[in-house]
Amino acid sequence: MDYYKKRTLNFANSYVLEGYTVAGPKENDGRYNGFFDLALKDDMFAQNTFERAERKMFEHAIEGAIAKANLNEREIDAVIAGDLLNQIVSASFAAKKNHTGFLGIYNACATFAESLIIGSAMLNNGLDNVVCAAGSHFSTAERQYRYPLELGVLRSPVTQWTATGVGATVLSNAAQHKTPRITRGTLGRVIDYGVMDANNMGAAMAPSACDTLVTFFKDTGTTPSDYDVIYTGDLGKLGSDILMDLTAQEGYDVSAQLHDCGASLYWDEQQTYQGGSGAACSALLFNGVLLGRLRRGEYKRILLAGTGALMSPTTSFQGDSIPAITHLVEVTA
Amino acid sequence: MEANREITRENYKQYVFEKMPKSSHWKNMIWAFLIGGTICAIGQAFIFLYSLWFNAQDASVLASATLVFIAALLTGFGVYDSIGRFAGAGSTIPITGFSNAVVSPALEFKAEGYVYGVGAKMFLVAGPVIVNGVTVSVIVALLTLLFGG
Repeated sequence: MDYYKKRTLNFANSYVLEGYTVAGPKENDGRYNGFFDLALKDDMFAQNTFERAERKMFEHAIEGAIAKANLNEREIDAVIAGDLLNQIVSASFAAKKNHTGFLGIYNACATFAESLIIGSAMLNNGLDNVVCAAGSHFSTAERQYRYPLELGVLRSPVTQWTATGVGATVLSNAAQHKTPRITRGTLGRVIDYGVMDANNMGAAMAPSACDTLVTFFKDTGTTPSDYDVIYTGDLGKLGSDILMDLTAQEGYDVSAQLHDCGASLYWDEQQTYQGGSGAACSALLFNGVLLGRLRRGEYKRILLAGTGALMSPTTSFQGDSIPAITHLVEVTA
Repeated sequence: MEANREITRENYKQYVFEKMPKSSHWKNMIWAFLIGGTICAIGQAFIFLYSLWFNAQDASVLASATLVFIAALLTGFGVYDSIGRFAGAGSTIPITGFSNAVVSPALEFKAEGYVYGVGAKMFLVAGPVIVNGVTVSVIVALLTLLFGG
């Protein structure tokens, strides 16, 4: 693979102060029951539309993360957030409540990793504290990308289930006791291997995940065994299998370290087929689960690779294949 | 695909196709047959019931209307999609599936109001069926007029 410039950035002072998660009821019934700061009993969140519920989840996650980090909103320089809805309305509308600068970003389900890279780069350039957030909601995504909720359709065995949840992270340039650090990040490229089936997003995203992971290993001279775990965003079970085949072909065996946020989110009995998808997967896992394990010393160094499928229903109906992107961050305890 | 063959951009789709889990056609067909058959049997039962008071033609129209009503009700209660998840074509093809296809977007888009929501989006799923159904029936009618009948 030829490219001209290194895509991997080094971050000197990006400390992960706190993470806060709001999870939907199905997500809290999944494998990580009890790991989330706020678990909803009803995914309407006492609102009259699902879109407003998603917005409120963003508001809660951003405020929650700031409060949990013992900061005042005035100490936050910027909020960097995105979601899956058209015109990223959930994150933008939620940001009405904040008086800080706001950057709305979209890279589908890679949005959370993207926000961590942007946030870390901004801290490198003199900001003090930023909040990075991403999330998704099953009911809003389903109507935008697929069918009405109550339509009785047979789901393909390669489909995934859009996770409901929002995760927010406070990044700071000041270290505290036992604060994990974002040390490096690799920017993703848009890669399209011609997969047409919008149900099979794992297969569409796996080549891009392989590209970013292999680029990171080559740029930094590391190998998969230097890491305790490598978490991909929402490749699902099939996508993870494909990724292992693809990286093995490039000479990197990731099978011992590879986990997928989406695939591990639900129990098999919850009938999500390939597991979870959506921007919420990596945001929930990183803030709810991985951050705690890093602090307790269970992990020393991990990689988080957010994977995003960049299609829209319009491009799919017009017969275009699915481009994908993967952004990666290295987090050191 | 053989273990040693290289995965490239060109053969990637073939590789994915061989790797991905397949739908169980036999299981899907049996479920579709059982559920679809049950719906039709219920319809027939209504025809027998209505035949007590009406002539045969009216009875079948009333039976269809009853099935449409029941399916709309079940869609509203959030039951029909759970049936459709394993019944597949068994619950899509009968007239109940059509009812579900009209009511589910109407419910979903009620949040956008009665004009731009319910009114504009109600036939989101069923619309293509109606358009193509009407088109085909016009073609068939023209052919009948020209060559037969």
